[in-house]
Amino acid sequence: MKIAVCIYEGPYNHEASDSAYNFIKAAIDRGHEIQGIFFYHDGVYNVTKLMEPPQDDRHIANRWSELGAKGIDIVVCIAAAKRRGIVDEVLVPNVRISGLGQLTMMAIQADRMVVFGD
Amino acid sequence: MLHTVNKSPFQNNTLSDCSRYLQAGDVVLLLEDGVFAAQAGTTQTALLEEMTQQVTIYALSADLKARAIKELVDGVKVTDYAGFVELIEQHKVHSWL
Amino acid sequence: MAEEVKKIMFTVRKPPHGSIYVYEGLEVKLIMAAYDADISVVFMDDGVFAVKRGQDTKELGIKGFEATYGALVDYEIQKVFVDRHSMESRGMTEDDLVIIGEDEDTEEPIRPQVVDAQEIAAMMAEQHNILSF
Repeated sequence: MKIAVCIYEGPYNHEASDSAYNFIKAAIDRGHEIQGIFFYHDGVYNVTKLMEPPQDDRHIANRWSELGAKGIDIVVCIAAAKRRGIVDEVLVPNVRISGLGQLTMMAIQADRMVVFGD
Repeated sequence: MLHTVNKSPFQNNTLSDCSRYLQAGDVVLLLEDGVFAAQAGTTQTALLEEMTQQVTIYALSADLKARAIKELVDGVKVTDYAGFVELIEQHKVHSWL
Repeated sequence: MAEEVKKIMFTVRKPPHGSIYVYEGLEVKLIMAAYDADISVVFMDDGVFAVKRGQDTKELGIKGFEATYGALVDYEIQKVFVDRHSMESRGMTEDDLVIIGEDEDTEEPIRPQVVDAQEIAAMMAEQHNILSF
C-alpha cells in the first residue's frame, strides 16, 4: 500500500514528529511503500541541519535525512519554509523544498494519507 | 473509518467532538496526549464507555507507557505502532487535530 | 483508461487568527483546486469561527482571508459545508456565514451548506483522503 505522511509541527516541541517517525518505521517494516513525507506549517523546522540536540537525545533532522537516504521522498513546503527562514542552504541531505503541488499529488496518488500535528 | 485523537480530554473537547461523527464499524485510536482518556476511573470514563458501545477504541502502547497509564477503561484495547499501521491498512483515516 | 477523479476532503476544526493553521490550510485548498480532484471543505467545531462574516484583522496587523473565502466558488471549490451543531452551539446562524461566491445565473450569493454531523460522517467515509487543517 502507498502511504503518505504529513507533519505539521516542529521538532521536540510537539510529539507529532516522533509519532510520525515511529509510524513510518512500522509501515516500512510491514512492507508498505512510503509515497512521500510532507512538512507543512512549523513542520518545516524538522529538517534543518542547524539543530544540535544534546548527545543523549535523538537527532530529529538526521533521522529524517536517513529515511531520505533510503529513497523516501521528503518534501518541505516552499511557502511555509520561506515564511520561517528555512532555505536550501540549511537543509539536511536527502530532503528537498517544493510546492504544495507535491502535497496534492501525494493526496491523490497515495492510498492513505496520515496527518500528524497539534 | 479510523479516527485518531491526540488531545487530552481534560484539556479540550476533541474526543467528544469526534464522537459525534462516528459511524458503526469505525475505529478510534488514542495517541499522544489522547491516551489520557483511556485511564480508568476518571471524569471521562463514561464518555469512553459510551463510545465503546458503538465503535472500537484503541490506545497506543508507547504513549500509555510513557504516561504511566496502567488501568484502562473497560473495552479499550491496546495496540502498538505495527497495529496502528494495520488499522491504516483496513481504514481510511481522519486526524482530529 | 481515464483514472477516476479522487475525492479529497479538508476538515477545518481550528479557529482563525489564534494560530496560522486556518490561513495556511486555505493556501493548500486554493492550490489543490487547480488539480484534477473532487474537493470538499468542511468547517466543524471551532472551524466554524473561520467562516464567520465581518472579520476585521486590520488592528491586529495581519492579513485576513475572508475576502479569499468570498472567491472559493471562483476557485471551483463549491462543496463547502458547515456542521450545524458546531455553528448553533457557538451562537451563529446561517446568516452569520461568509459568502463564498454567487450563482452564475441568478447572481444570488452562495453560502456554505449547513449539514448535520452524520451527513458529514457519511461524506468522510466516501473520501480517498482527508486532510485536517
